[in-house]
Amino acid sequence: MNNPLYKRNIISIPDFSRDELQLVIDTAERIKAAPGRQLLKDKIVASCFFEPSTRTRLSFETAIQALGGRVIGFSDDGNTSAKKGETLADAMKIIGNYVDAVVMRHPQEGSARLASEFSSVPIVNGGDGANQHPTQTLLDLLSIHETQGTLDGLRVALVGDLKYGRTVHSLAQALTHFNCQFDFVSPDALAMPEYILEELDDAGMQYQHAATLEEVIPHADIIYMTRVQRERFEESEYQHIRGNFILKADMLKTAKPNLRVLHPLPRVDEIDVDVDSTPYAYYFEQAKNGLYARQALLALVLNQSV
Amino acid sequence: MPSNKLMVEAIEKGTVIDHIHAGAGIKILRWLQLLNDHDRITVGLNLPSKHHGYKDLIKVENRILTDQEASELAIFAPEATVNRIEDYKVKDKFAVSLPKRVTGVFLCPNSNCITRTEKVATLFKLENNKKGLRMKCHYCEKHFNREVMSKVAF
Ligand SMILES: [Zn+2]
Repeated sequence: MNNPLYKRNIISIPDFSRDELQLVIDTAERIKAAPGRQLLKDKIVASCFFEPSTRTRLSFETAIQALGGRVIGFSDDGNTSAKKGETLADAMKIIGNYVDAVVMRHPQEGSARLASEFSSVPIVNGGDGANQHPTQTLLDLLSIHETQGTLDGLRVALVGDLKYGRTVHSLAQALTHFNCQFDFVSPDALAMPEYILEELDDAGMQYQHAATLEEVIPHADIIYMTRVQRERFEESEYQHIRGNFILKADMLKTAKPNLRVLHPLPRVDEIDVDVDSTPYAYYFEQAKNGLYARQALLALVLNQSV
Repeated sequence: MPSNKLMVEAIEKGTVIDHIHAGAGIKILRWLQLLNDHDRITVGLNLPSKHHGYKDLIKVENRILTDQEASELAIFAPEATVNRIEDYKVKDKFAVSLPKRVTGVFLCPNSNCITRTEKVATLFKLENNKKGLRMKCHYCEKHFNREVMSKVAF
């Protein structure tokens, strides 16, 4: 099978074509259905976390080991290169000599793209500041595909902090390949940024803005929840608006049977725990899918055919 | 008109940037100084213009702008014209047009962009949509409009 992701840098969701996104999802579903193939046998992957992110790091490192690969690396930059004044470019040139691929997370936007220009082996972006976190989006797409049987033509509600939430930006960018329709539910101060709306316009996507969750529940196939951070508001204002962006089980009475609720986790109070036991809750399975999406991606980057 | 004509042709060799909208001349001046600080530069601000009311005009002696430089100029002054002068004559004259990408000219306005700490040439891709000109950083992927760029560029 021709695999266009072989030896590719995985930096940003807009770098992916529709077929490439589909390939990762199909591969992830095959791995999930039949785990245990040693697709990274004899491979060494560096796990370079220039800022701590325990969940993402454990998910990546488990994915590598589950496929029979080995991991080297560091989990925060406290005692490594940058403290001694070494540039990221130099660090990546050196690390690339030891391994077959590098997974990296870094607090500055653009760090993964820059690293990919200096590394002799593929870079997989595990989060570059507020910019991109492509494997989060891939696991989101996997979860949507798994629950709906398709990515095409779905009605997707994105809820909460749409201004600063990089996961909702990337998800919207990815879904422009699949002709989905969006409902944006957020406080005015945290609305979807203009440049994302321009990208959706350019791609001919349909979208609406809604003030409350209740309005969008009856026609949604997917509700993607994110947290509205209390710190972004005056306390009185927050108390006034918070109810519009918190999902409770009794609100789901009007939902379609195929509706699934996703959340990048961790949640605080934006999804009431009484939703967990409804058939609509899918966020814990979604978190588990991170393992399969990351396995699929690494397998594709490191194998000519999977 | 005779006085303008004189201003255009009164250098032996170099470049005259004409029809800059009034106010943009200073920004272009700083951009030119970044390219090279040895050239003798003459500036006319708020000159009467047939088309715009007022315009700025800049003459750079002994320096012929390259095509790439001329297109970078379009970011500051999309309506400017460039006259390349040799032997006191206008050798060629053309309206500037926007480049697709600009390397190493602007600082990224995003203070958390990796290009603010690593020694690497910045790269911006230019996109012209119905909302106007957008410059997208190749690294941090953020979009900026021209006004923000000119403020922090130098
Ligand atoms: Zn940048």
